[in-house]
Amino acid sequence: MPKTMFEKIWEGHQVRRDLIYVDMHLVHEVTSPQAFDGLRLAGRTVRRPDKTLATADHNVPTDGTPVARLIADPLSRQQVETLERNCAEFDIPIYSIGSEHQGIVHVIGPELGVTQPGMTIVCGDSHTSTHGAFGALAFGIGTSEVEHVLATQTLVQRKPRSMRIWYSGELGYGVTAKDVILATIGRLGTSGCAGYAVEYAGPVIERLSMESRMTVCNMTIEGGARAGMVAPDDTTFAYMEGRPAVPKDWERALDRWRSVPTDDGATFDRQLKFDGADIAPMVTWGTTPGMVVDVTSTVPSPDSFESPADRETAERALAYMGLEAGTPIAGIALDRVFIGSCTNSRIEDLRAAARVADGRRVAGTVRAMVVPGSNQVKVQAEAEGLDRVFTAAGFEWRSAGCSMCLGMNPDILAPKERCASTSNRNFEGRQGVGGRTHLVSPEMAAAAAIEGHFVDIRTWS
Amino acid sequence: MNPVKIVSGKVSVLDRADVDTDQIMPKQFLKRIERTGYGEFLFYDWVRNGEVTLEANPILAAGRNFGCGSSREHAVWGIQQFGFQAVIAPSFSDIFYGNCTKNGLLPVRLTEDDVRGVMQAGEATIDLEAQTVTFGGRTARFEIDADVRHSLLNGLDEIAVTLQYAADIDSYERERMQPGPATTSL
Repeated sequence: MPKTMFEKIWEGHQVRRDLIYVDMHLVHEVTSPQAFDGLRLAGRTVRRPDKTLATADHNVPTDGTPVARLIADPLSRQQVETLERNCAEFDIPIYSIGSEHQGIVHVIGPELGVTQPGMTIVCGDSHTSTHGAFGALAFGIGTSEVEHVLATQTLVQRKPRSMRIWYSGELGYGVTAKDVILATIGRLGTSGCAGYAVEYAGPVIERLSMESRMTVCNMTIEGGARAGMVAPDDTTFAYMEGRPAVPKDWERALDRWRSVPTDDGATFDRQLKFDGADIAPMVTWGTTPGMVVDVTSTVPSPDSFESPADRETAERALAYMGLEAGTPIAGIALDRVFIGSCTNSRIEDLRAAARVADGRRVAGTVRAMVVPGSNQVKVQAEAEGLDRVFTAAGFEWRSAGCSMCLGMNPDILAPKERCASTSNRNFEGRQGVGGRTHLVSPEMAAAAAIEGHFVDIRTWS
Repeated sequence: MNPVKIVSGKVSVLDRADVDTDQIMPKQFLKRIERTGYGEFLFYDWVRNGEVTLEANPILAAGRNFGCGSSREHAVWGIQQFGFQAVIAPSFSDIFYGNCTKNGLLPVRLTEDDVRGVMQAGEATIDLEAQTVTFGGRTARFEIDADVRHSLLNGLDEIAVTLQYAADIDSYERERMQPGPATTSL
């Protein structure tokens, strides 16, 4: 019987009913300390350190602080040092602050070649869905589950339902993977895909680069689904070849990976279609990623929502964001611009932003920063001269980390500061208490930095 | 975790949809490495700016898609350590729902109308064994996975349960495990 990619991976990893084997467990400093404590309390050990990999990212200052003991914030320092101690105690490989391979956990997995098709990958972070771009089943878990995976290398999971979103046609000029996923969440809502493992497919997806596919899969959780996936193909294999952790017997691995995609005739519990040509550059206006419109639109009126609950939610969002209904999106002025995060901090994202910034100047009213997702991305960007393009244009060039995506490190917004951000969440206070976040693509963020307000990248020159 | 059978008492109301875990437990409290002491930081920014006042009742009733966003289990610890034993909402995010069940915080899904009814009644009794919520003179049934219910009713340690199947994991690794990268040889 023909099977979906999701079903093949699920069945191939079922140890017994509802118990799934985990091929790779990624660990970071925020959601793991209590899990390691739990192991110690129960006298348990880590079953497979060889299938576990740790890095420090959320708390890492992006000012080039070279080692954990020099992190200025005592709580951040303690959390990173605790991770280092726990990894030493349980023999888990770690790329902590100062390591050449340190970076955002969802950037370094693919970069090292640890992320491979057909695998199950988990991490105590909701953006673990990023790794699904390689045809892996990857999802975020809580700290109790982190402890469970450390102890057993398995996870108790109910099988989600399967869903395929098919993107036909092609994307227009200036429209990116970020816009694809924002438009999708805008259409389906923040819980529209809850309970499903989503496969993104169709000509639009097939033409995306690996890094763009990661951007799409990354934000799957913002639509309510835990796992998002793309079938592995020659684009996937070309991206992986030569990376440190890929199999030595490459040809045999390719044979195995070519059997991962969904079989012809397989059925999904739910199928949806989008036309790539309908998607425009997107900008969020509210406090969930589903509150999003295209850049040519205006801030919607709460009256345009059907239910009283939705109207109230929109009113509250507008009050928090300091926006009036009817304001053209393209006219919204910004204080800050952030290019980075596990959604958009890879080399292609930085190249795209640099193309926009090249030879121009950041507006005098804007403070803009670019934060590479990993040390490797930073090194490569510097080798290509992107850092000089950014600094010449007035952007700050920082060191790798989660940075201003979530305000756990010194990079935060002040109250009421308005930021164009390439990250994934525009929740209240996400980038700093009272901060106002608009989610956009790297190109749109860079152009907004130059102009001091949003512009339509398609017609901007 | 402690067993959960019946949760009964007053209801605190948070009548908002899409309450994300960044609101439930803001980022600055995620730097702690302990599992306790989160109760006082629950909804910290909303409480501090006066938008929300919450009493430590046994039950919290909220709008749809409760607990969306970040996987931080600190959100569940905060709700529990503040004093709540159950959360009633029309829907929960998947990760948050799972995190609740691993900690003995009872998540209850009711229809929008019934959640509204619970909010208006101000008091309710949740019977996990019977899978019912009684409020305002009527009783509504809720669905919960049979295994999850069993584990909540008995306060099971999920890791201990899984370790009973260690032989199955051993044989999976021997016979069916797919080749994959070894991080220890990077």
